[in-house]
Amino acid sequence: MPKNSKSKNNNEGKRDFLIISTYAMAGIGAASVAWPLIDQMNPAADTLALASTEVDLSSLEEGQAITVTWRGKPVFVRHRTPEEIKLAKEVSLDEMRHPETDEERVPNEKFIVLVGVCTHLGCVPLGQKSGDVKGQYGGWFCPCHGSHYDHSGRIRKGPAPTNLEVPSYKFLSDNIIKIG
Amino acid sequence: MSKSKFKNPVVKWIDHRLPVFSFMDHELNHYPTPKNLNYFWNFGSLAGFALVTMIITGIVLSMNYTAHVDYAFDSVERIMRDVNHGWLIRYIHMNGASFFFIVVYIHIFRGLYYGSYKAPRELLWILGVLILLLMMATAFMGYVLPWGQMSFWGATVITNLFSAIPLVGESIVTWLWGGFSVDNSTLNRFFSLHFVLPFVIVGVVILHLVALHRFGSNNPIGIDVRGTQDTVPFSPYYTIKDLFGLSVFLSFFAAAVFFFPNFMGHPDNYIEANPMVTPAHIVPEWYFLPFYAILRAVPDKLGGVLFMFGAIAVLFILPWLDRSPVRSSQFRPIFKIFFWILFLDCILLGYLGAMPAEGIYVILSRIATAYYFFHFLILFPLLPYIEKTKPLPISISEPVLGGGSPASAFAMREKK
Amino acid sequence: MIKGSSCFFSNNILKLLFSLVIICSSNLSLAAGEKISYPQLNWTFSGILGTFDRASQQRGLQVYKEVCSGCHGMRLLAYRNLKSIGYNDDEIKAFAAENSVNTINDDGEVVERPARPSDKFVSPYPNDKAARAANGGAYPPDLSLIVKARADGANYLHALLTGYVDAPAEKKVPDGMYYNKYYSGNLIGMPQPLYDDGVEYADGTKATPDQMAKDVTAFLAWASEPEMEDRKQLGISVMLFLLLLTALSYFAMKQIWAPIKNQ
Repeated sequence: MPKNSKSKNNNEGKRDFLIISTYAMAGIGAASVAWPLIDQMNPAADTLALASTEVDLSSLEEGQAITVTWRGKPVFVRHRTPEEIKLAKEVSLDEMRHPETDEERVPNEKFIVLVGVCTHLGCVPLGQKSGDVKGQYGGWFCPCHGSHYDHSGRIRKGPAPTNLEVPSYKFLSDNIIKIG
Repeated sequence: MSKSKFKNPVVKWIDHRLPVFSFMDHELNHYPTPKNLNYFWNFGSLAGFALVTMIITGIVLSMNYTAHVDYAFDSVERIMRDVNHGWLIRYIHMNGASFFFIVVYIHIFRGLYYGSYKAPRELLWILGVLILLLMMATAFMGYVLPWGQMSFWGATVITNLFSAIPLVGESIVTWLWGGFSVDNSTLNRFFSLHFVLPFVIVGVVILHLVALHRFGSNNPIGIDVRGTQDTVPFSPYYTIKDLFGLSVFLSFFAAAVFFFPNFMGHPDNYIEANPMVTPAHIVPEWYFLPFYAILRAVPDKLGGVLFMFGAIAVLFILPWLDRSPVRSSQFRPIFKIFFWILFLDCILLGYLGAMPAEGIYVILSRIATAYYFFHFLILFPLLPYIEKTKPLPISISEPVLGGGSPASAFAMREKK
Repeated sequence: MIKGSSCFFSNNILKLLFSLVIICSSNLSLAAGEKISYPQLNWTFSGILGTFDRASQQRGLQVYKEVCSGCHGMRLLAYRNLKSIGYNDDEIKAFAAENSVNTINDDGEVVERPARPSDKFVSPYPNDKAARAANGGAYPPDLSLIVKARADGANYLHALLTGYVDAPAEKKVPDGMYYNKYYSGNLIGMPQPLYDDGVEYADGTKATPDQMAKDVTAFLAWASEPEMEDRKQLGISVMLFLLLLTALSYFAMKQIWAPIKNQ
């Protein structure tokens, strides 16, 4: 046992430091174990690897649309008519919630490629089939909560906060696109 | 205790209405624990830690596992190859089962050596044996899930044990399988039960703890606690000791997981199940080997099964087989010798369970099995009549700690 | 009495460790089956610090592709996995495209398309029965897990691949079977796969059967345990952490218990 109170205090300080650092170490250990347990819920390597899809557009007539699957989600491809292209290009951006020009969204003006998932709460909008309701702006219409999208997939009316997402894709040839 | 125990107003408010904090303070903090416990008393908390580890990793694995004969094997390999950190989680779960059994077996042998099963802790012991049984069922069904060759043939052999039951045996096996062989239905129900049984174990563990805290831990000299001079509060004395024990345990565990993950497994389980071909040598996981040896030692189907289950059943009545009032082997010279013989007998049975059932191995298995039952059924009841026990100390604190002031550890702690 | 109990403690620990070793080694010896002993090689990937030899793995892939893949599949391995043995995206894409997989086109017809990096290795036979039929009833096992699925897998595989010798005079070798001194029962359905210069290595390594066996084993060892290098690396850090925690908690425990022990 220490003789004077000063060295006693010193010793107690050392003692407390040792004990606190031990428990702190144990805490750090426990916390770092949490990461693998959380990260295992992120997409696995095989899921990430399936991230691209090729689509042949040669049989897609003007005015027609097809839906393909990419990453488990529908992707809309529509062959737009000259009239639709004109409408999409001429509209004023001022009145839009999420202003983007048609050129920014569509590299090849004939074909528009969109992730077919409403940006509101994830429903698939109508407008791909010829008989579908296409909404007030002629593009797509989400029946869940009434979002209207135009010929460029931009949100024009309804609760959705942003335009329909454009996936990353490129034209491998005139008629084949690779999504992802 | 006074109401001012908690300073935090939120804790105080809750505790007044729902006294969980008082409960934890009482059971985990102040809980008086004999001060002479040795390191063998670490294995109870280690077993608890192992159980929690198995449940957490198990839940996570089940998020990535597919219980179908066509996909189970591949889904496990997907966990190993593609799921983020999947190999780590799966190897922890796989080796965790082995380490859980190592810890629990040491825990059980500690109870046997120090007479922890004796009055008034009989129910504590019985609940413990129940936990062991549930663990075995859970481990067995878990081993089936990767759907490798050993999974499949282990499931086939163990479920066939029930066919030994007269008259209804075959129907019971068909019922267990949900078909005419181990197949998809079997795999699905095993997955379901493997998921749910650990929570049943948690329930029994809670009862085990309630029973433990009724009279407190036994201790190496096996005499009752006489007062506060014999005990220390659980925290910080045993929290830090358990943390140290846990660190040592984790060091061995991590060495296995990271450097020898398949050491305790069997290579054949990396071959997908094939109902047409039985591997040349099928053995259960190492923790079942002693029981497997007993099964094979008896040259009769029903007899083997009865002896095997009897080997566990006998543990349930242990408190009534050993009538000696002295708990700890330290004061029972003959009991102590036989304890070590029993220990070696169990090791020998484990070894024999892994050997082919032929020649000398069969004879040795029979001798070892006979000794196992002799030990519990004949030696235990007889020993008190022939054994002269050593004199017991008066209390825990005096002889063990060489006398001195009875200043309680509680007082030491309050001063801080 | 304290002395007595601590002595008992160390005794006991020793016995437990001893018993563990017995149990585990008995498992191992059993798994080895018949007592055929084969050469124990010094693999770069054995030991707790061992890593794979990339050059050897790449040569091994070549051996697999040119020799083994005629009969043996590797269905759990994807072409994209080859990145971790040192190939880049374009090489992997080209490698994958040499194989074709079935797909269903828009008209519902089954057609072939070139394999992509995300595809699993294409197996040589459409199913197990076809594999069996094409090999005289002997099923050529899938090699994705072969090193883990055999006791002492790497040494066993190397031994098996180099174990073709002339059968002793008294041993009758039936048609379609071959004599291998390391195979259990000595009669194997697989003809000797590796001959001198069976493949031509791009890096100029001489392709002896022994070299090819080593290379393909290194490749297959990785295929069985692609996580091995990550595992060992993480293991070292975890062990260091735990040793530090053990030391800290030991001294903290001594500190906390000092007043009780000194009473």
